[in-house]
Amino acid sequence: MNAPVPPHSGRPNDYTAYPDAQGRFGAFGGQYVPETLMPLVHDLTAAWGAAKVDPAFLGELQGYLTHYVGRPSPLYFASRLTEHFGGAKIYLKREELNHTGSHKINNCMGQILLAMRMGKTRIIAETGAGQHGVATATVCARFGLPCVVYMGAVDVERQKPNVFRMNLLGAEVRPVTSGSATLKDAMNEALRDWVTNVHDTYYLIGTAAGMHPYPEMVRDFQAVIGREVREQMMAAEGRLPDAVVACVGGGSNAIGLFHPFLNDEGVKLIGVEAAGSGMDTGRHAAAINGGRPGVLHGNMTYLLQDKDGQIEEAHSISAGLDYPGIGPEHSWLHDVGRATYLTATDAESLDAYMLLSKLEGILPAIESAHAIARIGEIARDVGKDGLVVLNLSGRGDKDVATVAAHLGRTV
Amino acid sequence: MRARIEQRFAALKAEGRAAFVPYVMAGDPDAATALAILKGLPAAGADLIEVGFPFSDPMAEGPPIQRAAQRALAAGMTLKATLEAIAAFRTADADTPVILMGYTNPLVTWGIEAFARDAAAAGVDGMIIVDLPPEEAGPLADALDANDISLIRLATPTTDDRRLPVVVRRTSGFVYYVSVAGVTGVKEADASAVAPHVERVRRASGLPVAVGFGIKTPERASAIARVADAVVVGSALVDEVAEAVDLNEDVTGRVLSKVEALAKAVRLARRGPV
Repeated sequence: MNAPVPPHSGRPNDYTAYPDAQGRFGAFGGQYVPETLMPLVHDLTAAWGAAKVDPAFLGELQGYLTHYVGRPSPLYFASRLTEHFGGAKIYLKREELNHTGSHKINNCMGQILLAMRMGKTRIIAETGAGQHGVATATVCARFGLPCVVYMGAVDVERQKPNVFRMNLLGAEVRPVTSGSATLKDAMNEALRDWVTNVHDTYYLIGTAAGMHPYPEMVRDFQAVIGREVREQMMAAEGRLPDAVVACVGGGSNAIGLFHPFLNDEGVKLIGVEAAGSGMDTGRHAAAINGGRPGVLHGNMTYLLQDKDGQIEEAHSISAGLDYPGIGPEHSWLHDVGRATYLTATDAESLDAYMLLSKLEGILPAIESAHAIARIGEIARDVGKDGLVVLNLSGRGDKDVATVAAHLGRTV
Repeated sequence: MRARIEQRFAALKAEGRAAFVPYVMAGDPDAATALAILKGLPAAGADLIEVGFPFSDPMAEGPPIQRAAQRALAAGMTLKATLEAIAAFRTADADTPVILMGYTNPLVTWGIEAFARDAAAAGVDGMIIVDLPPEEAGPLADALDANDISLIRLATPTTDDRRLPVVVRRTSGFVYYVSVAGVTGVKEADASAVAPHVERVRRASGLPVAVGFGIKTPERASAIARVADAVVVGSALVDEVAEAVDLNEDVTGRVLSKVEALAKAVRLARRGPV
């Protein structure tokens, strides 16, 4: 393993040349998995390497993205939000309009086609808020594959509608009671399933984290977001945006938005981590702002951990951001200074949820609301003639009960 | 010290029997009891000892060892206290090899070079890091080499002949063959299915081969002892800790009597069925 804190080597000439052949983004990433899984991980790396340059595979994926997912998603000028803050023009990338209501389907569609290409006949996944679980259950239903979704027992309780949705789609949801019974434990349990069912099972990871090649593969499937934003912004404004902004848990919607802009140094990349009850309370989910590098779930990355290297529980109102780690590419972009990672608390995100609902008639996922919570300051910093794009990664219907509870109401 | 492992396997080879290797979790159910168990293991028949150091997210463990790690962490166990326990064990036992087993992150926190030095000083002879495949193990292998500690590798049912040479490179002491594709303590190992793999790993490594994962009873231990150079039992022992705690029984006595039964089965295995 490399030194946990990498030397500050300065900015590379080509940010898109990563990961390297060992699955590294600088010191981050890698393949820290038990030996039983190594041959499977190598098989997956080879299969993905072949698929990503195969026009037939890419053409098939494009067909489903267009006709099943509903891409491209609109880039919408949020004029009332812009007016409210009085800064740069704010555009919303409408990923919440995708089939299943979030960006998660982009990755699931890509990986399910890869799984079938590899001859796998059983799909497993982990989920936090349930958005990735729903997206996985959806593609499994579409292609007729059995699906098991691991979900922390705590999350099963706070995201009941999504559990039922997965059941309707034919998936089996297995509540995980080990550890803290949230997303990290669901991922542990999915890995244990994979170690046990090595011949027929494909592990469909939902975020750009885990062992190589997942961070690269999930990023590439999500990069359709940033590619569309480039084209749509050129069409709308004739130039690239000054800043692009996204919430970050594992970080798949953010890296999908950022990646096509990595080499455009004039475009600021801003991620927003979940500060939970507040960074000074210790109850948060901000791996970069409140953690340090370590190894979990197959990769070296920033993690919430105690002084002995035991992983600490994350805390966030948003189940989708409630993870003690972050994708390794974000850790690297932070260390080399290419991207900036801010935070937003539960309370700020609830306010942002209500603000967007009232000003634009759009209920955002509570995850995406973390990015909205910082968009005013960002828009003012960029200034009146500027352009910013916020990734509206998911829709907020799933969160109405949570929001109501915080308002002292029941629905 | 690598020599401790080599000498132990050479002596057992001369005796014509396999080694019995109990796995215990450091600090389970508390530091004092775990140390009493550790100190009692050689007299109960342990030929080598694997000491697990707890990690919050042990991805290759089944429920028994997950719960053992949680008990230990809840009782305040740390990696530092694990090394202190091994050092205390070493004051009374200079011969029984101790293998430290666990996950990468606590080592990253400690610092790899410093940890290898401190582990050697405590009397650790070998290390097994479950989530550190050969592709990621270079720095640890260097640090262990510099401190005369064996890096012990896991070979598994998915390790094919093409990969086996990669797995056994830079390994010493013995190779640990994981007898089932799965987590610890769930599926049962089948001796006849394991035998050809043990032979395959022996040939590729030139080292003794220990077999573990899924060995729970003296009968199973005996069957594996006929085909392998060492038999590792972990989950069945930490389950004894759990049950003794639940029933408010003598934890040390209960674990050591289970160790005695398993060790006896291994000792007698090649003299015929027990």
